[in-house]
Amino acid sequence: MKFAILVNEGPYNHQASDSAYQFAKAAIDKGHQVSRIFFYHDGVNNATRLTEPPQDDRHIVNRWTKLAEEQSVDLVVCVAAALRRGLVEENLAPGFRISGLGQLVEAGIQSDRLVTFGD
Amino acid sequence: MEEEMSGTIKKFMFINRKAPYGTVYALEGLEVVLISAAFDQDVSLTFADDGVYQLRKGQHTKGIDVKNFSPTYRALEGYDIEKLYVEKESLDARGLTKDDLLVPVEVLTSAEIGALMDEQDVVISF
Repeated sequence: MKFAILVNEGPYNHQASDSAYQFAKAAIDKGHQVSRIFFYHDGVNNATRLTEPPQDDRHIVNRWTKLAEEQSVDLVVCVAAALRRGLVEENLAPGFRISGLGQLVEAGIQSDRLVTFGD
Repeated sequence: MEEEMSGTIKKFMFINRKAPYGTVYALEGLEVVLISAAFDQDVSLTFADDGVYQLRKGQHTKGIDVKNFSPTYRALEGYDIEKLYVEKESLDARGLTKDDLLVPVEVLTSAEIGALMDEQDVVISF
C-alpha cells in the first residue's frame, strides 16, 4: 500500500513526531511504500537543523534525515507554516524540502491512505 | 502553481474541531481547504466540538490582537466549496443554532456525520 503521512506537531513537545516516524518505519519494514511525509503547523519544526537534544535522547531531526536518505521518502515542509515559525532554507536539515500546501493535497490524491499524526 | 492530478477526483473531508483562536489549527486548517479548491476535488468541511465556534457570527478579535479570519468562510462558496456540515450535538452543547452561524450549513447528527466520513477517501482533521 502507498502511504502518505501528515505530521502536525513539533518534535519533543508532542508524541506525534515519534509516532509518525515509528509508523513510517513499520510500514516500510512490512513492504509498504511511504511516498511523502508532510510537515504542517508546529510539525515544521521537525525540519530544523539547529536542534541539539541531550546525548542520551533520540535525535528526531537526524532520524528523519536518515529515513529520507535510506528510503527516499519525500519530506516536505509547508512554506507558509515554516515562514511563520522562522524556518527557512538556511536552517533546513538535509533530506527536507520546503514547498506549498498543494503537496499535501497531492499526497492525499496520489496515496492509498493519508495518515495524520497530531491532536 | 501546483500541478494538478489529471482525472483523479477524491472525496476530501476537512474536520474542524478546535476554537478559531487560542491555537493556530483553525487558521492553518482553512489555508489547506483553500488550496484544495485548486485541485478540483470533491471537498467538504465538517465542524464539530469547539470547531463550531469557527463559524460563529460576530467575531471581534481586536482585543486579543489576532486577525479575524472568519470572513474567509464566507468566501468558500466562491471556491466552489459548498458542502459545510455542522454537528448538531456540538451546537446543542454550546447553546448555538444555525442562526448563530455566518454561512449556510447543513446540521447533521453525529451518526450522520459518521456515515459521511465513512464515504470519504481522505479525512484531514484540524
